[in-house]
Amino acid sequence: MHAHAEAHEAHHRNYVKIWAILTGLLVVSVTGPMLGIRVVTLITAFGIALVKAYLVAKNFMHLDIEKPIVKWLLSLALIIMVLLYTMVAPDVERSSGQRWVKTPGFHYVSDAAKGKEHEHGQEPKKENEHGTEHP
Amino acid sequence: MSVKTIATTRSAMGIPTGRLAIWWVLVSEVVIFGGVLVSYVMHRIGHAEWAEEAAHTNTWLGAFNTLVLLSSSLSAVLGHKAAEQGNGKKAANMLYLTCLGGLTFLIVKSFEWTSEIREGFTIQAGGFWSYYYTAAGLHAFHVLCGVIIMLFVAQTAKKNQELHRVENIGIYWHFVDIVWIFLFPLLYIAK
Repeated sequence: MHAHAEAHEAHHRNYVKIWAILTGLLVVSVTGPMLGIRVVTLITAFGIALVKAYLVAKNFMHLDIEKPIVKWLLSLALIIMVLLYTMVAPDVERSSGQRWVKTPGFHYVSDAAKGKEHEHGQEPKKENEHGTEHP
Repeated sequence: MSVKTIATTRSAMGIPTGRLAIWWVLVSEVVIFGGVLVSYVMHRIGHAEWAEEAAHTNTWLGAFNTLVLLSSSLSAVLGHKAAEQGNGKKAANMLYLTCLGGLTFLIVKSFEWTSEIREGFTIQAGGFWSYYYTAAGLHAFHVLCGVIIMLFVAQTAKKNQELHRVENIGIYWHFVDIVWIFLFPLLYIAK
């Protein structure tokens, strides 16, 4: 009986209206960044992506009337994602830390790129045993 | 006499087993796609020069594909609604429409990739392109899998059988839509 009530509640929504809102948001997310203002780009592109994802999850996936266990499971997956980011991001995004610095030779340069350097009369950089270059 | 599958008759945690299984799949998918997207974001922040590479992606094709996936999500949820009302034939037709959306998405993607590869932007062209092809390729693979499974589900739904599967494949399809909602600004808009 309860399941029937939930199904009725779920399908009482106007799906076409939700789709129209999503399409409108898509137009804003494409036109907003054309202004070339960084803050507007962030809000219109990524802020609106969050809103669109929320609308799809709530109204199309019916996550709002789903059992709590599903919400807990999804939250756990999202927490793992955030943990991955916070633990790795400082090393990847920053060029230096408390006891380390990324030298100019930090990034691997392919043989093709080295060939180009050679063509331009530059001395190719030497690589160490790990495949990365000596600074 | 028809035999009902366990996924239809058994309920764990108050959720039909089939639907619970779909949610488990999606939880693992969140970690898979989340890992790719999160590592892309951190590398993108660390490499400002990737913006020049991203400028070569076609925003209009990306936007068109977003519209296609949003529309296919609408047909998927309308199929679910029809299945709840016991209208298997309508549910199947809606699923076929959703498949059409998925195929349109893949065709547009193949044209887009062909053009980019011809211009020399292959998966080995640089860090941005590695992520671009990995993330979009993984997503396209999910679209393809969704279309194939949906065709099987539509076949049984047409005969008014196993209608609960319409909801299950719909949930999966909406997730694929959500992943694209995030991929679109990351790969096509942030330039």
